This record gives sequence, structure tokens and C-alpha cells, in this order.
Amino acid sequence: MDLRWTPEQDDFRHEARNWLVEHRDQWLQSCDHRPESGDTKTGFAQHLEWERMLHQGGWAAVSWPSRYGGRDASLWEWLIFEEEYYRAECPQRVTQNGIFLLAPTVFEFGNDAQRDHVLPRLAAADDLWCQGWSEPNAGSDLASLTCRAERVDDGWLLNGQKTWTTRGAFCTHLFGLFRTDPEQQRHRGLSYLMVPLDADGVTVRGFGRLDGDEGFAEVFFDDAFVPDTAIPGGVVLGGVDDGWAVAMATTGSERGLTLRSPGRFTAAVNRLVDLASETDHAVTDDIADVWMRAEAYQLFTLQTVTQLANGASIGAESSINKIWWSELDIGIHELALDLLGPDAELEHAWSKAFQFALSGPIYAGTNEIQRNIAAERLLGLPRK
Amino acid sequence: MHFSFDDDHHAFADATRAVLSEQCGPDVVRAAWEAPAGQLDRAVWDQLVGLGVNALLVDEQHGGLGLDEVWAALVLEQTGRAALPHPLVESAIVAAAFDPSVVDGTLISTDLGGPNVPCAADADRLLLLDERAGALHLVDRESVELVPDTAVDRSRRIATVVWSPSPDSIVTDDAAEIALARDRGAFGTAAVLLGLADSMLAMTADYVRERRQFGVPVGSFQAVKHQLADALMQVSFARPAVHRAAWSIARGEPTRRRDVSMAKALASDAGVTVARTALQCHGAIGYTVEHDLHLFLKRTFALSRCWGSAADHRRVVAAAITRERDRDRDRHGATTTV
Repeated sequence: MDLRWTPEQDDFRHEARNWLVEHRDQWLQSCDHRPESGDTKTGFAQHLEWERMLHQGGWAAVSWPSRYGGRDASLWEWLIFEEEYYRAECPQRVTQNGIFLLAPTVFEFGNDAQRDHVLPRLAAADDLWCQGWSEPNAGSDLASLTCRAERVDDGWLLNGQKTWTTRGAFCTHLFGLFRTDPEQQRHRGLSYLMVPLDADGVTVRGFGRLDGDEGFAEVFFDDAFVPDTAIPGGVVLGGVDDGWAVAMATTGSERGLTLRSPGRFTAAVNRLVDLASETDHAVTDDIADVWMRAEAYQLFTLQTVTQLANGASIGAESSINKIWWSELDIGIHELALDLLGPDAELEHAWSKAFQFALSGPIYAGTNEIQRNIAAERLLGLPRK
Repeated sequence: MHFSFDDDHHAFADATRAVLSEQCGPDVVRAAWEAPAGQLDRAVWDQLVGLGVNALLVDEQHGGLGLDEVWAALVLEQTGRAALPHPLVESAIVAAAFDPSVVDGTLISTDLGGPNVPCAADADRLLLLDERAGALHLVDRESVELVPDTAVDRSRRIATVVWSPSPDSIVTDDAAEIALARDRGAFGTAAVLLGLADSMLAMTADYVRERRQFGVPVGSFQAVKHQLADALMQVSFARPAVHRAAWSIARGEPTRRRDVSMAKALASDAGVTVARTALQCHGAIGYTVEHDLHLFLKRTFALSRCWGSAADHRRVVAAAITRERDRDRDRHGATTTV
């Protein structure tokens, strides 16, 4: 056991820190120090500028191979980068669904042509991907999906509706699960498709999330034709009718460490401590409690990354991971609102972040589902 | 950065586990409830001594193994798993720094973790704090008077020690050494709590798989699953904090006190959550002294408050955060004026 960072890792940290702080300031200048939320039309455009700066600096997807636009960083370095990213209060990543959810799946299940096309364009923010999982009647129960993709000459014909699609109104592409064999039930007969949103027969309508930003969209497919050539290597990721296994690999990484790195929460608790100071409050036991929970998440992640570095893979532990960070996020922001007192009702960064935190126990599979998974797979309790 | 134990650490813990599962079943814990004061059976203790568990932290010149708290972390978890009634943390983790004879099995208890001294009458020696003078003394058990108390967990075998300090028995009056001894005790107890929690979770998972109500195993009910998942989550996130505390003590990190307090706070909270959940999921059978669960519950309720409760340690962490904030602010102030 050695809980120190190596000199090389410290160097990496300083390089990342210097770059991020300098370019964050440049970006703030470029938008007159008035950046909007990345979940509004104007804000999204501002954030794309930032994404392109990141890409030019080689920081868009640090852990990817350099041939796809990354910098071959290890998971350790990725964690360090994330810590510095949140410490410097850099902009929200509007490409995160592509980077953290689609890309790992393309790496694992894609063919060479798909990788060569999708990944570099994703890193450069040329193509902007949203996740098309949920449907009006299928949230956590993904196996009840009904959106259809029918095989026709040279492509697929899509019919149905996706919804609660994050940043769908601003993205160029959607990856999602579609029922390709209507005879099959539940998780069988689904395929993982990559779909350009400008295809004929696709209608995207943005709508407001709880925090008021137009961060959600519903996507209607009305005999939408997607040719096989829309994505070099094909629009199906993994095998036809094998989408469930492909998607489950993605949701594991979503609940696991990649979507919510510990740096996000350690930065948030440090800001909470600052807020206590600004509002003339002591660091109470409650604040110490969320501080410890953030720190524990960091330590748990360091243990997980050590295991991954030793060749293990993450299993159902990602379920308790997801419950922990999503509840921690709400805990941090509820305390912040308490410190603000009556001003908690004003719209500002803390109240926005609080409203966003409320989505944590819902998305990526509700916490109720995660508790079932943890109980069944980690403790061996019976399904029925 | 390498946050895991190596094969040797695991091998030592596995050997400890093997001895404990053979020599320290619930019958041994129950026997500790019944044995007269001063007559605690030492069969399992002697086995652990033979394995070198008591000698872990003592340096090699004094016949010890010269290892550190990182090794102790996994071993102590195993003793918690078995609800070992002997004061191993007190002897091998706390007193070992002051009396290397622990390597031969000398059983030393202490009042550093609180006024109720466990196994006081069974100990060979006692490590006692003279609070007024800030000095730590090592005395023979025969030289003090014991006032036995009745604990909820009778296997704790507690007593209050009545004694008067003499200059001859002082082992240290260095506040830093005493603080380190307390941190070792809090860390060790946190590790034991993890083991107790693991056992209660395992017992409960077994039970709810078997026990049927309304025609199905109770473990198939979401209400049961969700409680157990939350309990498991608490232990899972307390564990790395305890392991980090071990490392911080072993390395003499400047954040040692904060890290130990965080570990004890999280482990105490996790232990209490698991104990309550285990009882609820066992239902009425768990609320009997006939079922073994109560042996683990009561130990958990005791240890979660000894060596500082979760609330005590949360305050320590809050104070450390405040200090760090003030220091950062001073530093930040200095850079902006330059």
C-alpha cells in the first residue's frame, strides 16, 4: 500500500492545473465572463468553444489512445485530471454522454471503421452525441422498450419515441436501444444503434428540466430511414439483437466511476466549507459529515482503480457507488441551501446545482433499482 | 498510488481467520459471558500469540515482527468477524508501544478508550492514564483495585480501575505519544467494527434467504433488500477510510488524527446501521439471547462509542477542516497581496 502520488503523477497534475486555469480564464473572456448553462441554446454554443479548446490542448478525453484524440493517460491520471478540472471550476462537459457512455462501448464493441470514425469526431466535438435510452413507458425498466428499428434495404427504418434525452435538442447524433426483433420479449431482440438526428422522419422537441433549462428532449421517429452508411462500419454497435449486453456494459460504467469522478464532490464540499465561511457559519458536524462522505468516495475510488490496474473488473459494486454519490450530492447541496437561508430560493449556482443533484437518484437506473441489484448480486438475496 | 493490500498482508489475515473460525466460534464468545472475573479462557488468545498477532507492531529486537498498522488492519477485521472477546486492540495495538512483553501473550488492558476497562480482571497488566498529570502508567493488575461493572455485553467483562499514580510506573508523559496511543486504539476499534458488521451482514443475508413469510423468502421483499443494501453500502465506504487511517498512522502522516477520526466516525456509524438492520431483518428471533446475533449487536453498540463516538470524531474532523480552511485562506491572502 502506498497512498502517495508518484513524482510523474504530480507533474501531470501541475501540467493539467496550469493548462486548465489558463484556458478557463481565456474561455471566460471569450464569453464576456457571462457563460450560460450548457443546457441552453446559447450556453451550449459557448460550451462547444470550450470543448474545442480542450481538444486542441489534448485534454478532451485524456484516457483515450492518442490516435483517437486522447493522450494515453492512465486511470490514475484521469482521476487527477478530473480533480483539477473541478477544483478549477471548469465548465460543465456538454460532450460527456458521448465521452463517458458511448465511447467506452465503441472501444469495447465497435469495429475498426466505427472506432476510426466515431471516436476522433467525438473528441473534437464535431459530432455531439446524446443517449437515447428512455421512452415514455420505459425508464428504469429498460427491457420494456418498444421503439422499433426494422431492417430494410441498405439500412434501418425507425418508429417510436425516446424521451428525457439529455441535451437532445442540441446534439447531432443519438445512440440508443431499439427493438429489432418484435417477436422477442424483454431484453431479447434489442439492438444498439447510432443514429444521426438530421435523418428524415426524426423530430426533436426540447423541453424544460426541473431547473428550467431546456436540457431534455423527446425524439420522435416516424418512418425515419437510417442508411447503413450513416456511420462508417455500420450503425449497429455489437451484433443485431445483442443490444442488451452492449448497453449493460455502458450502464455499468455510468454507475461506476467514470460518470461521476470523486473530484466533483471533493470540490463541491470544499466550496461548501467556503460558503460556510462567507455566510459566517462554523464548520458544523453536518458539514464534516458530507466532507467525510466525499472523502470516503474518493478513497473507495482509489481502491477501485487499484483493483482495475491489477486486472480486476467492476461488477455490481457500481450500484452502491451510484447510490453513494447521488445521495452525497443532494446532501452537500441541501446543506448549502441551509447555509444560504432565505436566499436559497433565489436562482444562483447553488440552487441550480441543488436541482441538478435531485436527478442523481433517478437517472442511470433509479436508486431503488440499484438497491435491488446490490442486494441480489452482492448479498445473494433471492430475486423473487 | 497503490491502495490495496499485498499478498503477504492477506496471507496473515487468512491465517488469523483460520485460527479464529476454529477456536473462536459463538460458543467461545458465550463462554466469556459466563466465566468468573479473572478466569477468561485463553486458548484462542494463545493461538493468536503463536501466530504472532500480538507481536505485529513490536520491533524485531524485542522479539516482535516489526510490522505496521497496515498489517494490523486486516487482522483486526478478522477478530471482529469472530467477536473475539479478548482485548487484542488494547494489548497488541495500543500497549505494544510501551511493553514489548505482549509478544509472549501478556494481556494488557487500558482505560484510554474510556473508563470501562475491558477484561480488567483478566489482564496481566493495565495501561492507565493519569489525566491530571497527563502521564501514562503501566501497572500490574494485582496492584490496583477493580470495581466490576455489569455491561450489556457481558463478554466485555468490564470494570472500573481504582488506583493512585506513582512515579515508578510512568511509561510516558509525552502528550504526542499518548495521542498516538489513542489514535491507534480508535483505528483498531474501527477495524474491529468492520469485521463485526461483515458477520452481521452475512448472518442476516443467510437468514432472509431461508426464512419464509407469505409463502416466499423474506429476502425477496424490496423493503428488506433496500435496508440491507444501505447497510452494505455504509460498511463498504467506511472500509477504505479505516485502511487509509492505518496507512496514515504507519507513515506518521500529518493528517493522521483527522484520518483516524474519519475512520472511527464512519465505522461507528456503519456498525450501528448494520446492527439495527440485522436485528430488524431477523425479526423476533434476533430479539432473543438464544440467537447468536445479539453477541455481535451488543459488541457493536459498545465499540461504536468506545475510543470516541461517531459524534466525538466528527467534531475532530470539523475542527481539522476549519484549521485547513483558515490555513488556506492565510496562504491565499498572502499570494494575492504579492
